[in-house]
This record gives sequence, structure tokens and C-alpha cells, in this order.
Amino acid sequence: MTEFAPRDRGWHPPALAPAYRSSILRSPRQAPLRIAQTETERTGPVFGHDLLGPDDADLIVNHARAGQMAQGPRILVHGRLLDEDGRAVPGKLIEIWQANAGGRYRHKRDGYLAPLDPDFGGCGRGITDADGAYAFRTILPGPYPWPNGGNDWRPAHIHFSVFGDGFAQRLITQMYFEGDPHIALCPIVQAIPSDAAIDRLVARLDMTRTVPMDLRAYRFDIVLRGRRATPFENQREGT
Amino acid sequence: MAEMKETPSQTAGPYVHIGCVPSFAGLDGMYGGADLGARMGPLPGPGIVFTGRVLDGDGAPLTDALVEIWQADAAGRYGPDARGWGRQPTDAETGQFRFETVKPGPAGGQAPHLLIWIVARGINLGLTTRAYFADEADANAADPVLIQAGDRAETMVAQAIQGGYHLDIHLQGEAETVFLDV
Repeated sequence: MTEFAPRDRGWHPPALAPAYRSSILRSPRQAPLRIAQTETERTGPVFGHDLLGPDDADLIVNHARAGQMAQGPRILVHGRLLDEDGRAVPGKLIEIWQANAGGRYRHKRDGYLAPLDPDFGGCGRGITDADGAYAFRTILPGPYPWPNGGNDWRPAHIHFSVFGDGFAQRLITQMYFEGDPHIALCPIVQAIPSDAAIDRLVARLDMTRTVPMDLRAYRFDIVLRGRRATPFENQREGT
Repeated sequence: MAEMKETPSQTAGPYVHIGCVPSFAGLDGMYGGADLGARMGPLPGPGIVFTGRVLDGDGAPLTDALVEIWQADAAGRYGPDARGWGRQPTDAETGQFRFETVKPGPAGGQAPHLLIWIVARGINLGLTTRAYFADEADANAADPVLIQAGDRAETMVAQAIQGGYHLDIHLQGEAETVFLDV
């Protein structure tokens, strides 16, 4: 059973990032308790391909009326799920959700004045293939304003939920788009301490997968925690 | 030596339901109309209801959070599929989450417990904690994680209620729950 490498918490956004106001009352103030990994964290749920319907990964049609399609710039979002050691992570569930082309979510708590698209739900899911690859067909989400005490706008983004081999690898994040000036202005993005880490969330236009006269492609690779390096002599002692 | 670092986390935000529990979010019929993880099992063992709330620094329950649990079966076995995994939103009015599952057995020298993982608006990196069971006092006293948590261990112990167990999770304050870096 895999033991995972420690998580570098300084690479992730801290629990308390005051410029992101929602974090103020929702951030634990004590440092998390570092414990030895047990079977509980080394294992996790396994999902089979039989879970998926034919259009689950196609947001352009998976909530559209018969014969209709979602409105907005058509894109393919694709990439590979890897671990920190560069290994492909096959057979893992990836779920995404996003606003529509006008920046509006299909959610009762989103009151933004941009209209809903009757042919867009805003969620998709897929399972990585043998090479760790995944792909979603969707539309480019719009930026939108949000209540954070000032004139704050989210960069266009897609939310990703990812499972790994063990629950220790469980991750939720957001993907942004190359060239979006809102990335540098967003308190949620800028809660991440380093520009190098932020850059890892920025998908690149990928002309190699663009379909002429149909859609553009963006590439976004996702990296989960790697395996703990085990010195040979420790391995001997442990077995 | 790691070739590259983990993808950084970002908050699940207030609309996490669309992606993870779309039927709850009102996307009728999405994924066949059943939210993944809404029904756990089937697992052999005594059925329990596990409820709780996630409370912010003002003591207000989060009404927009998503909670996942992962557990062993009654015999202490994990996997091999997703039967020991559940996912529930906190109630939009009361903030309560509710899982119908079985009480796990002891696994690998640990007291029976559930892994709990919480994401929500304002939470930048998913929070991991555990629920142990108040009526397992002997096993709890020998559990390595509870021992390590010391005088804060009680924040991870669910109280018996009719038909199951309840645990309130405090994000801040004097009763702040022990969250785990694992």
C-alpha cells in the first residue's frame, strides 16, 4: 500500500488569507496535527467506468435540450493526472463545475444578473485513462463579480475535484486561462504564496488539440502527491 | 526526488454542489438523477446515522459546505471499491450533514473511526479530521492519533445519539477541532 510523500503546506494557500474575507471565520487557527499515515489515508474510494454516462464529460450537451447546445466559445479542456514522481495516475474520477459563458452559475445562491443558459448545467465528470489522460468538452466560462467587500471579479475558471489512490491525495482546485488579467487581481488566487505555484493553475492554449472550425483546446495537467521515498535499509527493516 | 510539486489547492467555493452533488443543486436528472456518495454501502454491519455540523468562528453552522467520509467496514476492511465512501452537503438551512452507514470496525491497531474531509467557501485547502465513537472508550484510550491529540482529543469523538452518533466540528475557538496533516 502506498505511503504518500508529505504535503508541502507552504506551497498551498494558507487557511487564513484575510484578503479573501470568507477565510477569516472559516480558517482553523491551530496548526494541523501531523500524524503518521495509516491505512485510512493510504486507501480511498475506487470508481469504475460503469459509473459514467455517454455525455458526462461533454458540458456542451449534457444538460442541453434535445438538439440544442450550450452557448459560448467552445473549448476542449484536457490534460493528464500525474503524481509528483511523474507517474500517470489512471482510473481516477475527476469532476468539474463552472459558470456559464456570462459568468452565471446554475445555483440558487447565485443572484448575478447575467442570465442562465437553458442549455448549460455546468458540471461534468470523467475517469482518467491508462495514461492518466482526461478531456472535457465545454464552453469558456465568463468572469463574474463576487461579494468580498470591494470591486472583486473572479478570473474565468473551472473547478476541479480529483481523487487519487488514497484519500491523502484528495484535492479540489481551480483552473484559470492563460492571459487573463484577473488572475493577478483575485484574492483567492493570490492567497497562493508563490507565482510558480499560481502558474501551475493556468491552462495553456493548445493548438495541437484545437479542432479546426469547431473548438479551441486548453491543456491543464494535474499533479497529486507522490510516494514517500523509502531508503533501502528502512525497507528491509519494515519487512 | 519529486519531479514536480503537487497542484496547489483552491477553495471549492459556494457552488461546489453543482459539481459534486448536482441533484442537490437542482440540476434535475444529471448523472442519472442520483448524487454520487449519497447512498453508501451496501456494507455489512450495524447501521448507524452519523450527523454533525461544521461551525465557523462565530459559532454559526456552515450551510454551504460539502462533507465526505471514508471508512472501513464493520470488520475493519477498507475498499476495494467506493462502498465505504460517502458525500453529503450540509443542509442549506440548518447546516446539518447526515450519513447513513455502518459503524466501522477497528483497523490496523486503531480505534474505530471515520475519516472526515470538509470543503467549502472560505476553506483554501480541504480539512481532514476524524470521528471516533464515545462508546469505544477502551479502544479510544489506546488509539495513537487520539493519544497524540492529547487534551484536544475529545474534539474528534462523536457522541452517541438515538440510532447513531453526532459530532460538531469547530473551525475556530476554544473548542477548535483537531485537524490532521497526514
